Amino acid sequence: MVNQMLPDKEVILSARKLCKVYLMGEVTVNALKNVDLDLYKGDLTVLLGASGSGKSTLLNIIGGLDVASSGSVFYLDQDLSKLTDRELTNYRRLNVGFVFQFYNLISSLTARENVALVTDISIDPMTPEEALELVGLQGRMDHFPSQLSGGEQQRVAIARAIAKRPKILLCDEPTGALDVKTGKLVLSVLDQVNRQTETTTAIITHNVAIGGMGDVVIRMSSGEVVERIENETRTNVEEIEW
Amino acid sequence: MLAINKKLVRELWHLKGQVASIALVVASGIMSVVTMRGSYDSLVSAQQQYYSESRFADVWAPLVRAPLALVSKLEAIPGVDAVDTRVTFLATLDLDDSGIPAQGRFVSLPEIGHPKLNDIVVREGRYIAVGAPDEVIISENFALARNFVPGDRIKVIINGRSRELDIVGTAISPEHSYAVPPGSLYPEDDRYGILWASREILGPAFDMDGAFNEAFVTLTPDANPAAVIDAIDTILDPYGGLGAYPREDQVSHLILQSELDSNRVTGAIIPLIFLGVAVFLLYLVLGRLISTQRGEIAIMKAFGYSDREVGAHFLMFAVVAVLLGGVIGTIGGLFLGDAYIGVYDQYFDLPGLEYQLTPSLLFFAFSACVLGAIGGAVAAVRRAVLLPPAEAMRPEMPATFKPGPMEQIGLGYLLGATGRMILRNLERKPVQSFFSSLGVALSVAILTIGFFMFDSINYMVDLQFRQIQREDVTLTFREILPDRVRYDLNHLQGVNRVETYRVLPARLRFGHLEKEVVIQGMEPFGRLRRIVNSKGYEIPVPSSGLVISSLLAQRLKVTSGDEVIVEILEGKRNKTQAVITGVIEDFLGLSAYMSIDALWSLSGEPNVVSGAYLAIDGQRVDDLYAELKEVPAVTGVASPATMLESFEEQLARGILIGAGFLLGFACVIAVGVIYNAARISLSERGRELASLRVMGFQRREVAILLLGEQAVITLFAIPLGWLIGYGLCYVITASLQTDIYRIPFIVEPRTYILSAMLIVIAAVASGLVVRRRLDGFALVEVLKTRE
Ligand SMILES: Nc1ncnc2c1ncn2[C@@H]1O[C@H](COP(=O)(O)OP(=O)(O)O)[C@@H](O)[C@H]1O
Ligand SMILES: [Mg+2]
Repeated sequence: MVNQMLPDKEVILSARKLCKVYLMGEVTVNALKNVDLDLYKGDLTVLLGASGSGKSTLLNIIGGLDVASSGSVFYLDQDLSKLTDRELTNYRRLNVGFVFQFYNLISSLTARENVALVTDISIDPMTPEEALELVGLQGRMDHFPSQLSGGEQQRVAIARAIAKRPKILLCDEPTGALDVKTGKLVLSVLDQVNRQTETTTAIITHNVAIGGMGDVVIRMSSGEVVERIENETRTNVEEIEW
Repeated sequence: MLAINKKLVRELWHLKGQVASIALVVASGIMSVVTMRGSYDSLVSAQQQYYSESRFADVWAPLVRAPLALVSKLEAIPGVDAVDTRVTFLATLDLDDSGIPAQGRFVSLPEIGHPKLNDIVVREGRYIAVGAPDEVIISENFALARNFVPGDRIKVIINGRSRELDIVGTAISPEHSYAVPPGSLYPEDDRYGILWASREILGPAFDMDGAFNEAFVTLTPDANPAAVIDAIDTILDPYGGLGAYPREDQVSHLILQSELDSNRVTGAIIPLIFLGVAVFLLYLVLGRLISTQRGEIAIMKAFGYSDREVGAHFLMFAVVAVLLGGVIGTIGGLFLGDAYIGVYDQYFDLPGLEYQLTPSLLFFAFSACVLGAIGGAVAAVRRAVLLPPAEAMRPEMPATFKPGPMEQIGLGYLLGATGRMILRNLERKPVQSFFSSLGVALSVAILTIGFFMFDSINYMVDLQFRQIQREDVTLTFREILPDRVRYDLNHLQGVNRVETYRVLPARLRFGHLEKEVVIQGMEPFGRLRRIVNSKGYEIPVPSSGLVISSLLAQRLKVTSGDEVIVEILEGKRNKTQAVITGVIEDFLGLSAYMSIDALWSLSGEPNVVSGAYLAIDGQRVDDLYAELKEVPAVTGVASPATMLESFEEQLARGILIGAGFLLGFACVIAVGVIYNAARISLSERGRELASLRVMGFQRREVAILLLGEQAVITLFAIPLGWLIGYGLCYVITASLQTDIYRIPFIVEPRTYILSAMLIVIAAVASGLVVRRRLDGFALVEVLKTRE
């Protein structure tokens, strides 16, 4: 069901006519075709779509990890497509937190130190301990990644992403490598963080059921946004089944 | 501590084996320069200091006899700075131990004070006193060889009369750093010594009162040496001038210089090659090491670390390894340099010789390593940061495999499935495979160079002492003797064969070029001495004309068939012409051979000989020596066996130790590189190999896959390394060639085998280490985390 836009919500990030073309020898892949996207402050947005539909590409571009072939991305009033590499780095450093499907922790650092890696270069971050507590890992702070389960690693990755108090939290298939139970745990952590810190959050998934937990659900297919749904209420993560 | 620094420290520790081996490569590169080049530079500077402190002459002019009044004429020559003269003679020493008879060269010292030029440095005891005609100072090496100390007396035979002299001191001088007895090629300290005595005794004893038989001069900076030599020759000609010669032809300087030159291989050139190789290997290894971190680089970038911060972080790996290696190399180099200068010190009589490392040399070696390491690291970091983080972070795209050239030409069936996997892996990254091979090849190359030095020295020794000088004893006569002396010699105890020879100093002139040489007149069908070229082939003695060394031919710009002017510098001092009938490659450089008959007619003095070569019955050597000692006409007795001994002994101390040092450095570099390459390929391929294990591959199969790749790389590297090594050996040989020194370009098969064997051993050992790590892989952990 389509709701009326809530007037008090501020657009924090907006993309217009985004295109991304990959050239692979003779073949060109149009990973994004004229995508428009708005993220509202404090919202939890779920990006749905089959594998290969361009979700990661979109997320990477709005997160400043990659640049679009054409189109524009505005963070507040800053045009990301006009930023230098250095400015993009600063954008990521100050405003964006990432969570990846494969956790991407630094194997030589403990949970606490993996978080510290980010807080060390942030302005006014949480302490690593606070961040780890938020994801329920206070008891595992001095474990190395190899001593943690996949779900725990992903929660460390979330703690690492939120510790800098980012304006936007971007999660690319955060449950993709996890079982249902652990996946739910991770999602509820994200849900809780979003509520507590009011961090604008985008979660990528190909799992339709997860859409219910978002304020907004955006469906992508073959590089295009095919549907945008605003949920009246966010389904409690515990009630989601897949 | 910042988390990023913790990461650094922890990962350095995790990679400690690799960091240590890289550090060792750096250390070896720096050490080879600091030790070998540092010692060599110290040696050269000690030589210069010694020469200037002893006021070493620039030109020598031996002659028969001239009045002292002539000095002022010499002083008046334009370009001459200072002139000094002296009296010098050979004498037999009557040492009462049996064994080889000894000879002494008497050199006069002024009646009062030190010589103006060619001063001596007293090492023990004191300088001779004024008005004490029986005092003598002897050369230090001779004193050591014969156990003389100041206070001893020495019996000498001067002009047929026996005399006893008081040894008051021992001394050295740059003129006699190498005291080469007549007829010998190398110094033999136990049978030839220098005796410095007052002109007061030498003058009268040799009928040289108020006269001199040797003059020498120093030149002003703007002098033209050739013009001065000409002028001296003109002045001295009426007095039996034997031909003035420049410092470059002074025997001791010549040997010192050629020894310095020969140490230039080990001292100056090879260390630089090694440093260069180490730097290049650093570049490769660090580049590759950091490339394995591309995932981490991407994560750090994703979280907002700037390129500079990421770059600095990974550069620290390089910096730590280089600093560690640099410190080890410097400390080790200083330590070894001190030890190595001790080797030089035993060999070279240079009073001021001590190891001094110039800061600029250290700085140079250090910065070369830093540049190589940082260069490799920067290139790799750049490659990593240039990738958009999104790209770098995605698990590497499954590689696109296709049948490589080997399979395309239909040879694929020769390989099993494993073989095909190995081959495809190598073909997939041809550039990286090539550089891995190049790294190993360079290690093979420097090992080849290390062994090559031994080859060339051995070859030279063998050629000189087993091919050319085949006599048991070389006799030098005090004066020329009639050729029939051969029959007398034949009757001496134990003599089996006698061949006589004639040597004559002469000046060869072709156009405006000239060179003084000693012409050796040889028996046409001699068996004891032959003309042998650098390849070991005998060149028949021509019935007429000269056979000369190729270096001499180059100097005079003559070729076979040219006619040169020959000025004999002794006896009748004939001036005639001779045809160059042959040019031979040899190592002594400036040889000139003739048949003895041709030389007789050239000099106008037929049927006289300067000495003889004897083949003797080994059992009766002592009897023969005792008998020879009683023959006044014989002043010099040398045996190639003793020459060989002393030559090899000295070589053993000098070049061979240097070569040993360098070989050690080469081994460390080679092992360090190979070990690193294996470790890096393990971490590059860790996940993939672990996945194979998960799919049910056996440990052994996985190991074969990884190590097989290394094996192919190594096997490909060996011939490539031989080729590079061969080329570098050639460059070394060519760059070392001087008038008086050249080394044979001989790389024995053994060298190739040994260098390949060392590399294979290093590779197998590294392979075993890697294999153990591979076995220890906890599969789950490897798959769960990203390296
Ligand atoms: N680096 C790349 N080079 C070529 N094609 C790419 C690259 N990255 C992504 N693609 C292609 O772009 C399309 C979208 O990919 P992606 O955004 O990763 O999809 P999703 O995350 O929705 O699964 C896919 O067809 C994929 O093959
Ligand atoms: Mg994706």
